[in-house]
Amino acid sequence: MKFSSRVVVVPQENIDTDQIIPARFLKVTDKVGIGSHLFEDRTEFQVEKGSQVLVAGNNFACGSSREHAVWALADFGFKAVVSTSFADIFRQNALKNGFLPIVVDPKTHALLKPGTLVTVDLAAQTLSIEGGPTVTFPIDSFAKTCILENLDELGYVLKHEAVISAFEKSA
Amino acid sequence: MKTLYDKIWDSHIVVPETDAPAILYIDLHLIHEVTTPQAFTGLRRRGLKVRRPDKTVATMDHSIPTTSRSLIGFDEIAANQVRTLAQNCKDFGIALYDLESPKQGIVHVIGPELGVTQPGKTIVCGDSHTSTHGAFGALAHGIGTSEVEMVLATQCLLQRKSKNSRVDFDGRLQPGVTAKDMILALIGKIGTGGGTGSVFEFMGTAVRGLDMEARMTICNMSIEGGARAGLVAPDDTTFQYLSGREFSPKAKSWDEAVARWKKLPSDDGAHYDHSITIDVNALEPMITYGTNPGMAIPLTGRVPQPQNDADAAALKYMALEPGQALLGHPVDVVFIGSCTNSRLSDLRNAAHLMKGRKVNSSVRMLVVPGSYEVKRQAEAEGLDKIFKEAGAEWREAGCSMCIAMNGDAVPAGKVAVSTSNRNFEGRQGRGARTLLASPLTAAASAVEGRVADPRRLGGLS
Ligand code: SF4
Repeated sequence: MKFSSRVVVVPQENIDTDQIIPARFLKVTDKVGIGSHLFEDRTEFQVEKGSQVLVAGNNFACGSSREHAVWALADFGFKAVVSTSFADIFRQNALKNGFLPIVVDPKTHALLKPGTLVTVDLAAQTLSIEGGPTVTFPIDSFAKTCILENLDELGYVLKHEAVISAFEKSA
Repeated sequence: MKTLYDKIWDSHIVVPETDAPAILYIDLHLIHEVTTPQAFTGLRRRGLKVRRPDKTVATMDHSIPTTSRSLIGFDEIAANQVRTLAQNCKDFGIALYDLESPKQGIVHVIGPELGVTQPGKTIVCGDSHTSTHGAFGALAHGIGTSEVEMVLATQCLLQRKSKNSRVDFDGRLQPGVTAKDMILALIGKIGTGGGTGSVFEFMGTAVRGLDMEARMTICNMSIEGGARAGLVAPDDTTFQYLSGREFSPKAKSWDEAVARWKKLPSDDGAHYDHSITIDVNALEPMITYGTNPGMAIPLTGRVPQPQNDADAAALKYMALEPGQALLGHPVDVVFIGSCTNSRLSDLRNAAHLMKGRKVNSSVRMLVVPGSYEVKRQAEAEGLDKIFKEAGAEWREAGCSMCIAMNGDAVPAGKVAVSTSNRNFEGRQGRGARTLLASPLTAAASAVEGRVADPRRLGGLS
């Protein structure tokens, strides 16, 4: 997984899940078209289609467990969000959808201005900034393998059926 | 030497963590209408069954009406989501406490009420406030919909271990100060990301002195401090609460269970990665002024100077000025409800202050019990009469104005004092301005039509 894109920036800190996708759009029973409500109540964010990398302020996506937040970002066309930190549940939800939560240090973060061209290389775990540095970012090794090799986490756990049954018997 | 978290974690490992996360066994999976439809679609696509319907409990709470217990004439998209849950539970053999059931309620209120929430269990739900159940010494946290699908299919979760954080609340609460104020004080101190990557264990004399409902209030908002789970070690208060509940162990198995549960508390000298102490002797009622729960101050305090653009934007949204006192700030709506503060003791606290008083004519007040059972108990005590006579709306059980999915919303630009857990922009309705506080503060504010100090209304012990 390697791609280049100009970034869109929403600099605010603590952008919560209600801002990403307001609760009134959670009444759906599927994921189709959910991206059309991304940041619906935050028109000042001016997030336009066409970019694959969103840059957001610290503690991105705090709040609820709604996976709709990831679905909305992905459906809108993003493949990654860069921030200085993410809420735990969002980070896990993101990885399960092959969506990259990229953590960088504040200095690198400050270099990412609207329209900056970046290249994300998951295999190398690098974010390269045009005319700037290439930095590495951390990512859960298992999640990385799953995304790169298109492996399915549920399939992985299902393979442990026998161990799970044994655990249930012993408990 | 192990912590409570270490003990629960260790006893639920099916496959230990290697390069891959551990496979953790889940004892109880709570589900509701909003975060499950896509998970059941996934199961069907793969031709999978629910592995342990007997360890899965469903209810409807988020998007249901609270004006009546019927979907007739209700928002069609929401009604469809509710019906989808009913169909999924039927197809996959899952017990559902639906709108017709006397046991329906907010998922985090009914788990403990039914006695399915028990010490030492691993509990998950597609909802971040699953942390509530940690009050029983259960490892409980919110999961996303992909994980809901995994737990339905395998009764397991892929998980890496979090860090241990201890939070000591020491001292004695003053009258008018509650568990809600304790947790708001903590989040105000550490911020909404302060607990990221860790599990809180709440301890100290002030926590030991709390009843189970108050402990639930504290654990409920662990997620607002960034921690996925919060824990309180089980003790006699826990056992007393659980004794005799529908799904609590009975007779000989009860004694065995209690003996097991007594081994759960953290060992002396167990290691914590972080620790923080809060002295509650001087704690005042707390209230939020901004757009995340970390923006909390003592009720008698003043709105702080913004430290950055985000703070400034929050104050602008809230239409508050730095240096302004919150006491006396006009209030339009008061909401008493949500999985944070909708249990019997919360309603009793609020009713106690409301008795013989009226809701100010400028205020709309909604009281929404957390479950049908809470509603019945409150009515048996006559609390509903106190609220209704005061001029408040007495509703059916559900999430209601906490998340404003069901039409119960705060109008744009209006100020609400709410006992819920999130003051995010738009959380209680587009443009709504939320001040989070305790049921006592909310009730006092309803009476005065302004943010009010419950300690000044009198009658508090
Ligand atoms: S009451 Fe509010 S926080 Fe609790 S489960 Fe319902 S929507 Fe979520």
